[in-house]
Amino acid sequence: MFDTRYDYGGDEYILVIFNEAMDLETNFKILAVRQEIQRRGIPGVIETCPANASYMVHFRPEVIHPDRLIRELKDIENAVQHSDALRSRLVDIPVLFDDPWTRECAQRFGDRHQDPSVSNLEFLMRINGYSSKEEFITAYCDRPYWISMVGFVPGTAWCYRMVSPDRAIQAPKYIRPRTDTPERAVAHGGVFLCIYPVRGPGGYQMIGMSAVPVYDPEERLPDLRGRYILAEAGDRWKFRPIDMDEYNDIQAKVEARTYRYRIIDQEFRPSLYLQDPDRYLHRLQEEADHA
Amino acid sequence: MLKVIEPGLLTTVQDLGRFGWYHIGMPPSGAMDNFAFRVANLLVGNTEDAAGLEITYVGPKLEVQQEALVAVTGAELPFSINDRPVALWQAHRVAPGDRLTLGSITRGARAYLSVAGGISLQPLLGSRSTYMLGRFGGIEGRKLRAGDQLPLGEARPQLAMLGRRMDPSLIPIPTKELEVRIVMGMCSYRVKEESLADFLTATWEVSTEADRIGYRLKGPTFQFKSGEQPFGAGSDPSNVVDLGYPVGSIQIPGGLEAILLLNDAVTGGGYTTIGTVIKADLDRVAQASPGSKIRFRSVGIEETLHARQVRETRLARVRLMLGLSDLAGELGQ
Repeated sequence: MFDTRYDYGGDEYILVIFNEAMDLETNFKILAVRQEIQRRGIPGVIETCPANASYMVHFRPEVIHPDRLIRELKDIENAVQHSDALRSRLVDIPVLFDDPWTRECAQRFGDRHQDPSVSNLEFLMRINGYSSKEEFITAYCDRPYWISMVGFVPGTAWCYRMVSPDRAIQAPKYIRPRTDTPERAVAHGGVFLCIYPVRGPGGYQMIGMSAVPVYDPEERLPDLRGRYILAEAGDRWKFRPIDMDEYNDIQAKVEARTYRYRIIDQEFRPSLYLQDPDRYLHRLQEEADHA
Repeated sequence: MLKVIEPGLLTTVQDLGRFGWYHIGMPPSGAMDNFAFRVANLLVGNTEDAAGLEITYVGPKLEVQQEALVAVTGAELPFSINDRPVALWQAHRVAPGDRLTLGSITRGARAYLSVAGGISLQPLLGSRSTYMLGRFGGIEGRKLRAGDQLPLGEARPQLAMLGRRMDPSLIPIPTKELEVRIVMGMCSYRVKEESLADFLTATWEVSTEADRIGYRLKGPTFQFKSGEQPFGAGSDPSNVVDLGYPVGSIQIPGGLEAILLLNDAVTGGGYTTIGTVIKADLDRVAQASPGSKIRFRSVGIEETLHARQVRETRLARVRLMLGLSDLAGELGQ
């Protein structure tokens, strides 16, 4: 077992690493720790930034000495429980898989890919043992994805499929990163899925396009007004395969600034999930369907 | 109003930064040379957090459309008002129609222009700073272009005294060779001791890939301790399960180079980080241009806290000298 590491990130940050490996149980703990840090309202703490298996605290050392803060954080580590409920939203993300834009982009950067003779989606299918696209997409979307971290650039969310590690879908990143990726591309790298908030460089395998934005600096959409990004650590995102007609329909609503996200606020109990993941997810989905 | 005639190479609206949003991936942005920026504001009677312009390498040409005080600090560059050269680190009165011309930087990398009243664009998430990668803040999240009109806020006339200037002994001189202090740690335990020792003895060169996001540094390579990669980390030994990157942190992708993250940092990712440059030394880093040489000196946490005090004391002296001692500590970061 990995011993929690507390370390300075210069004079204004503390970095706490709970685990070297990705694991949902660790991430639940981090979110519970964050809730407790916020609840205690420790003077001098500017914010807490949860990551996959670690977190950072940004603070003012003039208000609280870093060593005193570390003592307080250790106390919080010991105090939080898995029975603590986390706020977790269930968010519907409509995705056009195997779309023309990411296919075109993949072709353009074929020289940087492991196997440019097939699409990124086909590559991902093959290395994970799937032979039909429909079967792969169904499996890929059958579970919600846990948002274990938000960052890199505003709105990037690390989405982790809520299955045991032995059932994880995995993919290597591009051999050399692309210099371009379409905005809203849905892509997979390592054990994570992400949606690119803005156009730019990238190394994940591109498999589809989200019909909805995850970053909205111009505040076009009512649900993102004043918050700019969709993701929150602890969200569960449910990816829903859609066809081109529905994609165009949603895009038109986004353009007209009338699109409303389907978001359902729920309470999430890590202890119940860890007891029986499938059953608990099913229960939460049923609750959501009746909400 | 301040009208942009020519924008210069890369001129952006900045203030002290946008704090509290790192967790959504939003870096602080803000003036890279915090000391020079705050002094620029004090010289024209502003609060230290008023928005001004950060000028990179080649300066802009501006036309003022109202009476105001202006000052330029930071890197050295020619500065003239209506073609008459004027001093840096000093407040100058300007009248409607006056032209401010800033030339190419001759020493350092970033200069700051403050105007009494500050640039009064709408703040976003508590700051007017421009974050170009995220198309956020400032003017439409971008650098200035010709024709932009920058609105100015209310000046504080009782504080806006003409001719106020900085004591030359308090002006930091940018250098091409600098030593900066670093707190080693975070993921450095994954790196071989010899490599960490090499890191601290080597002279690092700032490459041409050096911007507000970070500086790519050229120097020796790094070796990692052997061992199986953790689940979810990625196959390269420099990969870790994605975690947060502090502003000022150094990461070593592939073990092949070192990247020092700055005010527009990516807030997290999957590369090994080995330490964080202390806040008080980032002002000098901000003035390092490509080709500059950097050496790192490892320090403990108490020295970093002392360095912060030294920096605040220096600012307190500036306030005292400018007759602003009543404002000591106001909005200090």
